[in-house]
Amino acid sequence: MTDEKPKEETQEVSEEEPTAEEPEKKPLPKPGAARAKAPKVAPKKEEKYLSRLFEVENGHDLDVYEKHGGYQALRKAMKMSGEEIIEEVKKSNLRGRGGAGFPCGIKWSFLPKESDVPKYLVINADEGEPGTFKDRYLMVLDPHRHIEGCIIAAWALGIRYCYIFVRGEMQFAIRRLEKAIKQCYEKGYLGKNILGSGFDFDIYVHPGAGAYICGEETGLIEGLEGKSGQPRMKPPFPAVVGVFQAPTIVNNVETISSIPFIIENGGEWFAEMGIEKNGGPKLYGLSGPIQRPGVYEAPSGITVGELLERYGGGMLPGHDLKAYIPGGSSCAVLTPDKLDAEMGFETMREAGSSMGTACITFMDTDTCMVRVAARLAHFYHHESCGQCTPCREGTGWAAKVLDQIEAGTGRREDLDLLLDMCDNIQGNTICALGDSIAIPVRSYIQVFTEEFEEHITRRGCWFPAWSRRQRQARSDAA
Amino acid sequence: MALQFSEEAEAEFQELLTRYPNTLAAMLPALFIAQREFGWVSVEVMDYVAERLDVHPTRVLNAATFYTMFNKQPVGKCHIQVCTTLTCAIRGAYELIDHLEEKLGVRLGETSADGHYTLTEAECLASCGTAPMFQVTYSDGEIEYFENLSPDRVDEVLEELNAKLKDLPNPREMH
Repeated sequence: MTDEKPKEETQEVSEEEPTAEEPEKKPLPKPGAARAKAPKVAPKKEEKYLSRLFEVENGHDLDVYEKHGGYQALRKAMKMSGEEIIEEVKKSNLRGRGGAGFPCGIKWSFLPKESDVPKYLVINADEGEPGTFKDRYLMVLDPHRHIEGCIIAAWALGIRYCYIFVRGEMQFAIRRLEKAIKQCYEKGYLGKNILGSGFDFDIYVHPGAGAYICGEETGLIEGLEGKSGQPRMKPPFPAVVGVFQAPTIVNNVETISSIPFIIENGGEWFAEMGIEKNGGPKLYGLSGPIQRPGVYEAPSGITVGELLERYGGGMLPGHDLKAYIPGGSSCAVLTPDKLDAEMGFETMREAGSSMGTACITFMDTDTCMVRVAARLAHFYHHESCGQCTPCREGTGWAAKVLDQIEAGTGRREDLDLLLDMCDNIQGNTICALGDSIAIPVRSYIQVFTEEFEEHITRRGCWFPAWSRRQRQARSDAA
Repeated sequence: MALQFSEEAEAEFQELLTRYPNTLAAMLPALFIAQREFGWVSVEVMDYVAERLDVHPTRVLNAATFYTMFNKQPVGKCHIQVCTTLTCAIRGAYELIDHLEEKLGVRLGETSADGHYTLTEAECLASCGTAPMFQVTYSDGEIEYFENLSPDRVDEVLEELNAKLKDLPNPREMH
């Protein structure tokens, strides 16, 4: 599976060039080169953790990783007991980085200590929340840190097997991980009797096959078992009955990649690098019409405005910020007056949204909010697994109504109809995908009510079209 | 003709079975191998995978139809999937589709008459920081991301793809 093919070389260029984070040296290539200008403010150099190896040549290689202190945290962890490690992780205030933000140490403590069957660690690397693109960086540019985190977690929790569920489209990340895993087996970090401790642990990479719903932990477990990824009712939670009916911990890639730092420096050190209840360094993805889109590392609790200006370089010239989504498309939309909101789970809730995956999508004043809501409704309709009626039917219905408003055939009562739909979807489905459509659609309508109403009274959209077909449809209608 | 994995695929398949406590769990990776071997996932291919995994054929039908990466119809040698979810849409993904339709002489969702290209749209491919982008799935099973695209850059990519065509099998003729 890891055999070297010439393709890897060519892909390395296309994958790695844009992913390497070098804000002050080289802005990322832009689709419209003419629009890209010099950055406004150069970010100052800061200590890097999660992204430490992103710019290091061959940082994905075991030798390079070890030269940078790799697998020392594992050696330290193996001198600690499982309880001590869980205690450090609890102290660290590490919150799940996949979107829900559940405290990692507490989740770990739910896993039964004794089990008749082998326990499993499953890594959720099915990154697919629109706007989110941080985990791919960790897997491609620093796979060993992730693997080290997996081994430490398994040691602490007495886990025997780990599956890293990577979305199938990320073939390059899958190969990187498999190559890194192979190196670990050769070096004795994986397999039987790891580092002479008597501890056995295996990691396998499992490919997803194009289903957003497998990012939901029980949907992912179903996918891993070879079935369609339809989420399960909870309880029982995966910690009790997970994959193959065995106790299972499901963690996000970034969560586990953070573990080696907690072991190295202690939970308190990690907690200090953040705000209340939100510890540690964090990766932020910035996208949209901004100067320097990309993944940046900054402490928990940084404000959105600082991320946009200092890291993202501000909006592109000629583009003004209209709205932003703080952590993936299922979060409520926020307006520029909320740029001082801090990136933390509680603080973002106070601002009227949620932190989600902390990958922020910025939108400019040329962006039509009705069209954005419609586009997202189509996304969730496409990705609904079809189990629950409110989600399966509601997402498609909402998409149709939003399309009509955008096309100029909306009716005044449609906004109330949409809000009513959202109320009937949210909380009435097995998993959170239903909420993920209800929350944003409601927020677009409530935050941009006038824009929605004007689409109805003016019988259509006046924002620049996205495609030629759209322009054609408009001129046909006129 | 009865389907059979090549020697290389067979070895990969056997290694796969050692990774899971049951054969059903090998479904997705096994279907990927089958798609690479046989070009696309027809009912015949699904039956073969069911037989190899020793599971009921409806299990395979269930997985093959749920997941979008398995082609239940043959596609072109290069399957171009343009991400059109939020960030890519804002950054010009639909203009890329306009441009590709013109260049390839196909409409979205179609395969070119020579069987070289299929053009479809895809939901978020987790490349929002390098939007707009598309993914190309080659008929030999390789997948490549092309990021930070503009119509001019697309022209360059199409030249690269054209050069690869002669070495790629036509999925339609693979079984």
